[in-house]
Amino acid sequence: MMPTIDAALPPNAWLPLLVLASSLLPGLVIFFLAEQRYWTRTLLNLAGSLIKLLLVGAMLWGVFHQQQYAASLPLLPGLDLVLRVRPLSLLFLVLSAGLWLLTTLYAIGYLEDSPNRSRFFGFFSLCVTATVGVAMAGNLLTFLLFFELLTLTTYPLVVHRGSEEARRAGQIYLAHTVIAGALLLAGTVWLYTLTGTLEFTTRGFVAGLVEGHRWSLIAIFVLLIIGVGVKAALVPLHSWLPRAMVAPAPVSALLHAVAVVKAGAFGIVLIVYDVFGVEVAAELGVTKPLALVAAFTILYGSVRALFQDNLKRRLAFSTVSQVSYIVLGVAIVGPLATVGGLVHLVHQGVMKITLFFCAGNLAETLGIHQVSEMDGVGRRMPWTMLAFSIGVFGMIGLPPVAGFISKWYLGLGGLEAGLHWPLFVLAGSSLLNAAYFLPILHRAWFREPPDTWPEERDFGGKKETAWLLLLPPLVTAALSLLIGLFASMPFTPLEWARLIAEREFYQP
Amino acid sequence: MNSVLVFALAGVGLILLGLHALLVQRHLLRKVLAFNVISSGIFLILAGLARRAPGAEPDPVPQAMVLTGIVVAVAATALALAMIQALRTATGRTRLDDDGED
Amino acid sequence: MPMLLSGADWAVALVFVPLLAALACFLVPRAANWLGLLAATLILLAALGLVGGLLSEGPLRVAVGGWGAPLGIDLWADGLSAILLLMTALVGFGVSLYALAYFAGHPRQQRWFWPLWLLLWTALNGLYLAADLFNLYVMLEVLGLSAAALTALSGSATALHAAMRYLLVSLLGSAAYLLGVALLYHGAGTVDIALLGERLEAGAVAYSALLVMATGLLLKTALFPFHFWLPPAHGSAPAPVSALLSALVIKASFYLLLRLWLELFSGLAGPLPALFPELLGLFGVAAVLWGSVQALRQRRLKRLIAYSTVAQIGYLFLAFPLAGALSNADSMMANGAWQAVLYLALAHGLAKAAMFLSAGSLLRFAGHDRIADLDRAVQRLPLTLTAFVLGGVSIMGLPPSGGFIGKWLLLEAAFSQGRWGLALVVLVGGVLAAGYVFKVVGYAFTPTEIAQEGAAVPLGMQWSALLLAFGAILLGFAAPWLWPLLEVGAAP
Repeated sequence: MMPTIDAALPPNAWLPLLVLASSLLPGLVIFFLAEQRYWTRTLLNLAGSLIKLLLVGAMLWGVFHQQQYAASLPLLPGLDLVLRVRPLSLLFLVLSAGLWLLTTLYAIGYLEDSPNRSRFFGFFSLCVTATVGVAMAGNLLTFLLFFELLTLTTYPLVVHRGSEEARRAGQIYLAHTVIAGALLLAGTVWLYTLTGTLEFTTRGFVAGLVEGHRWSLIAIFVLLIIGVGVKAALVPLHSWLPRAMVAPAPVSALLHAVAVVKAGAFGIVLIVYDVFGVEVAAELGVTKPLALVAAFTILYGSVRALFQDNLKRRLAFSTVSQVSYIVLGVAIVGPLATVGGLVHLVHQGVMKITLFFCAGNLAETLGIHQVSEMDGVGRRMPWTMLAFSIGVFGMIGLPPVAGFISKWYLGLGGLEAGLHWPLFVLAGSSLLNAAYFLPILHRAWFREPPDTWPEERDFGGKKETAWLLLLPPLVTAALSLLIGLFASMPFTPLEWARLIAEREFYQP
Repeated sequence: MNSVLVFALAGVGLILLGLHALLVQRHLLRKVLAFNVISSGIFLILAGLARRAPGAEPDPVPQAMVLTGIVVAVAATALALAMIQALRTATGRTRLDDDGED
Repeated sequence: MPMLLSGADWAVALVFVPLLAALACFLVPRAANWLGLLAATLILLAALGLVGGLLSEGPLRVAVGGWGAPLGIDLWADGLSAILLLMTALVGFGVSLYALAYFAGHPRQQRWFWPLWLLLWTALNGLYLAADLFNLYVMLEVLGLSAAALTALSGSATALHAAMRYLLVSLLGSAAYLLGVALLYHGAGTVDIALLGERLEAGAVAYSALLVMATGLLLKTALFPFHFWLPPAHGSAPAPVSALLSALVIKASFYLLLRLWLELFSGLAGPLPALFPELLGLFGVAAVLWGSVQALRQRRLKRLIAYSTVAQIGYLFLAFPLAGALSNADSMMANGAWQAVLYLALAHGLAKAAMFLSAGSLLRFAGHDRIADLDRAVQRLPLTLTAFVLGGVSIMGLPPSGGFIGKWLLLEAAFSQGRWGLALVVLVGGVLAAGYVFKVVGYAFTPTEIAQEGAAVPLGMQWSALLLAFGAILLGFAAPWLWPLLEVGAAP
């Protein structure tokens, strides 16, 4: 039968499509704008991100009230492209939409007078489109499509500067992500030939196959996890991430807090919960090795961070370490650990982006790229360093910043599952975090500033820096505090994570 | 030995001779001649083996095909000769170089 | 769906419009440009009309001149031929648009391009519509001759060498094919494909015909190890010609091999029909790996794209061992491996044409096609780079694109039959393709030491490449619309 496109899409199909369109359309238009059309571009960017945030908010309200939002398009015989907004999707969606708005503001400030801004913002918007597509994916095929699209749209951002170093960083990035994509595709097709479906289902859809296809399922699990694990920077697949720091700060912020790394972690969550089902995965014996890999990554990332003098590289290794908290939470089979892992998806995003915004401010305003150049910078840029300090406290896990909540739940989750070693890993990681972050704070606040900064830019009189550069980190730092302080109020990430864990573990 | 076998063997022989020459001879004109020999061998097989049923009269359809084939071969030879001429004008040689990276 | 003209009329138009246009362009060179464009438009309409006719009337058979088989020439169209005709029409249209701008200012080349290209198009359409083996031979020969002549169009020594080699290979290939026709006629008394399908029996005649015809067609399709002529030919022809060669001409001999296999040989008893697809699969593996590795080593853009074609052809042949033995074309619908082949062939046609056309634009801009010296082409020729990347996305098999659909179907067939080796080759090929596509893209971002001035590139060239690339991407969403067309596939 010839397929028909329903002229009247059901109302609940419009919202997901509009969310995609809200960044896709501005992005496409921006590509064609001349460089000097600053206001048009800014308007499109901001309008798009605001609209997206509003739409996501509307869907949040709807899903809370048990509404269903889904849209689908036939792609292959028997397989559709499906967008489906579930509670888990919203966790990632809200993070992406909110942080995109802030990163857009920041990028506008950061890239002022840089060349090729239209190209940058075009790909920026496409990247976010891919990210929300990943968030709303309703089956593994759709996930795969947007996941690969993410690779394609972030590559031009990594090589944006056009230097030889950027080109090589792009090559390494691609080498990792393309091979990972091939493994992901292999796992997906193989799984499809065994199960005949790829729809994400609570508790997974492979339970019936454990009997006859145990080893195939384990192999598929490994393929899928490596496939998404590269983006999630699991060791030893992580080496693209520090190299990608050559990109401008807004790109690092986006890559590390919102798009690529989170998409990888989100993928691991989906594979364990909605493809295999966490109990099936435990039965297959794959959760233990995954937990060990996560633990190793957590510690390894922190140790490497200790030895980096370049600020962004130190933050990069910190990301490698922190994102594996999510994986740890997933791999420890238990509702509390699940909550810890899921909520850290949001918490880490908000905190890490604060740190990257601040690093960008230091580089843009004073030309500081190395930690050793940061002596006394707290006097010169107090608000930036205040935000930075809040982020640091969150990373270490000090209350009341959000990071504490995640670690608390992860620790409890470990105990609930009868495991003690996660506690040691978490404690060790906190210590290491303190070891590589606190000295920075000490330098910044308590040392004497040098006579001249490496490369100071004047923003007019006594101003610390451009307000476009100052506002976003302050907002995200405040958010990290608020999310932590008011964690048990409704509509916080923690409550939302609890809701998801409940539906995954308790409801039949 | 019946005529079909003679035609078949002769045809195969021509094809093999022509193939050998095509691969071994370096001069382009000889390659084109070799191709013509191969074609002749094929036409011989086509016309000689053509019978609707064994022992019946020769079939005119393959002979029509051979005629078409000859026309095609003539056109092909003409193009090949023109190309050889152009190649000679451009490079002064009538052999194919081994292909290399420029 | 009521049509002004029936499917049969469109089929006839598909053969005669380009033929007459070729003659007209030859006789009136001054009007060649817009005659060519007019013909391209009409052919595209005719192809769409044919597709419409097939969907409403089913497969059709036209006895030209009223004679009928086995003495007359019949035209025959089913789903498979219609899809390839549509691809030829789309790519041909895009390349014609490009050529309008490309040859402006090169009157000698322009004068000969149009008649030769339209003759080529006649041969392609005729080949896809032919119902008997001898008509196929004639079309195949015309195809080879016009393609070789087009390759030599620029008149440079390199081009002439490549064209001469191509011509000799092509002639050898069609000669081998003709030998096979002779053997088959001897064995079954007819050259009509449908009748042959019924009458042919396993035996020395059928086997030797298969071997000889396959060799000839593989030579023309440039499957490893018969690929040696392709990189020089596709690499040194003018850009629109390279696009035609890689996207269209290669597909014709592949189609022929596929058709012969499906209609005549795959259902035969005996060991050869089982071994043959495995052998083709093996060559396909070698082609994918060798072609991709060679592409990575190239320093010139057009050579890189040409080696990419060598690799992509290999994918098409991987379907043979995966498809199993089928004896009629109407099983194509149910067989994932053949669907994959069709998709890959279609997607490659559009994507490779887009890539060659973009390479032509880059060449026009910079005066050279050295990959390492692309000098910020991404900001100076963004449309062209986009076309290249989108085409590359399909070649790599990344979603969303036609190439992805084909790759998925191929992998599905491989995994469900436990052919891990073939699945691995498909995946490795995709990774290597990403390597060579992004090698080019990476250099398009970096500046050269001394900034170079660029020549102007007409918008017509840039947009036609981009349109073809969009086509390759859109193909990724068109699967549900193509299946019904494939279903129209029963042998007449």
